[in-house]
Amino acid sequence: MNQLKAWSADQQVALLFVVLFGLLLLASAAVALLTLRERNALQEDGYERMRRELRAVWAGAVVFWAAWVSGPAGATVLFGVVSFLALREYVTLVKTRRGDHRSLLLAFFGVLPLQYVLVANLNFDLFSVFIPVYVFLAIPVVSALAGDPQRFLERNAKIQWGIMVCVYGLSHAPALVLLDFPGHSGRGAFLLFFLVVVTAGAHLAQTTASRYLRRRPVARHIDRNFSLRAWGLGIAAGAALGAALFWITPFEAGQALAMASIAAAAGTLGELVMSALKRDAGVRYWGNTSSVTGAVGLLDRVAPLCFAAPVFFHSVRWYFQLKP
Amino acid sequence: MTRADAMGLLLALIARLITGAQGHWKGCPPKAEQRIYFANHQSHLDWVLIWAALPRELRATTRPIAARDYWTGGRFKHWLTREVFNAVYVSRQRSDDQDPLEPLVDALRNGDSLVIFPEGTRSNKGPPQAFKSGLFHLAEQFPQVQLIPAWIDNVQRVMPKGEVVPVPILCTVTFGAPVTLAPGEDKRDFLARARAAVVALQPAESQLQTATG
Repeated sequence: MNQLKAWSADQQVALLFVVLFGLLLLASAAVALLTLRERNALQEDGYERMRRELRAVWAGAVVFWAAWVSGPAGATVLFGVVSFLALREYVTLVKTRRGDHRSLLLAFFGVLPLQYVLVANLNFDLFSVFIPVYVFLAIPVVSALAGDPQRFLERNAKIQWGIMVCVYGLSHAPALVLLDFPGHSGRGAFLLFFLVVVTAGAHLAQTTASRYLRRRPVARHIDRNFSLRAWGLGIAAGAALGAALFWITPFEAGQALAMASIAAAAGTLGELVMSALKRDAGVRYWGNTSSVTGAVGLLDRVAPLCFAAPVFFHSVRWYFQLKP
Repeated sequence: MTRADAMGLLLALIARLITGAQGHWKGCPPKAEQRIYFANHQSHLDWVLIWAALPRELRATTRPIAARDYWTGGRFKHWLTREVFNAVYVSRQRSDDQDPLEPLVDALRNGDSLVIFPEGTRSNKGPPQAFKSGLFHLAEQFPQVQLIPAWIDNVQRVMPKGEVVPVPILCTVTFGAPVTLAPGEDKRDFLARARAAVVALQPAESQLQTATG
């Protein structure tokens, strides 16, 4: 452990990726071996799902690695593209009207690139208020100028919410990589890794718990699997994971525990909100390949991160009094 | 690679980035057979969308129909339709001595596949309009060519009438099972059947949307 601490930041991050890809290789090999066995239709389904999930994790890991290798500019562009694809999926699913055209153009080709430019420039103060203050004023103005009064509030809310989740939320992921922690510079990738592991762990624990616990769902019409007990277990698992990983972050063990539980809570609640949104839009799964949109299920995968990243980022920044 | 090839790849990439341009092959596989694809027509982007949804190998032999007076008007427009898309030009003014379908017949004799929009014009609202008779005549003359119905979904949201910049929204192109002209079938019946085959491909969710406006 002491030897590891003496390594340079780059070497440590490189080790992180070697371990990450090594684990993924093992998991893929295990799945490939398992599929060699004979199986019935039900198991076949399960394997198919497992393979799909694993592919998504691989894709995520490669994006993460590419973001780190390509430096600040590359990381920003990369997350910008993911943001674009997520927003595209979101706008496809919430029904927009003709009068929204200009507002949507502003969101896609004005707000999104600008927000990521602010991240790349490390203008963290402007970056935090750009969307909540300026854009939230600009979008309704553009909408009003389009001259369609029907469902004005609802339409604007849809667009603003989409920007908030897909652009504002996700732009905090590269911001975490670029956040300058005193005595921890160049190790921003660890913070993002910490956040992703914690939210993913919390999600997994919550899904598993809700499968075995079968508690009464809190909001039956939104998510049949969401019960308070399972949610609590998810947060506990996320917090424990975070505490166990404290040595890769600038936090003490206790701080890591607190930060991880904040991130886990935000991520799992974000998923609940997303399933409410799905219900409203009339879809069961974002990732349903046969749906009208042909959506690839990206939004489903990044949603927890979209909610957890800003909360985590601002908690860290406020608690440690970080100046950009 | 020529400039036209590069332009084609660039356009297909943009179409994919903006709309996803997903092809769903429900009734037939994407094969290099001679085909006439016929689809609903809602926006200027329809052709590019079908073209981008096709596998790359099929794009070179699948040709659109372009109005001669408009698409040969400027140098760029002419180059784009001639070199990149290899369009079949038809004139909109009907002259007495020439069959308007003649360029299409020539292309089909050549062994090329075609994409046609039998409504003739774009219909932004509601279900597709009645089909024009060109499809019937082509089916009569070329019984060996497969007629593939296709439904293009969501594209009217990408670029509503009167706008020039497209908004990124996912679109799909659903290809159905081939429609064949029955021996001795009436023109009206066949066209109605072909139109029904296109409409039947509309995904359920979007049918709902059309119904509620």
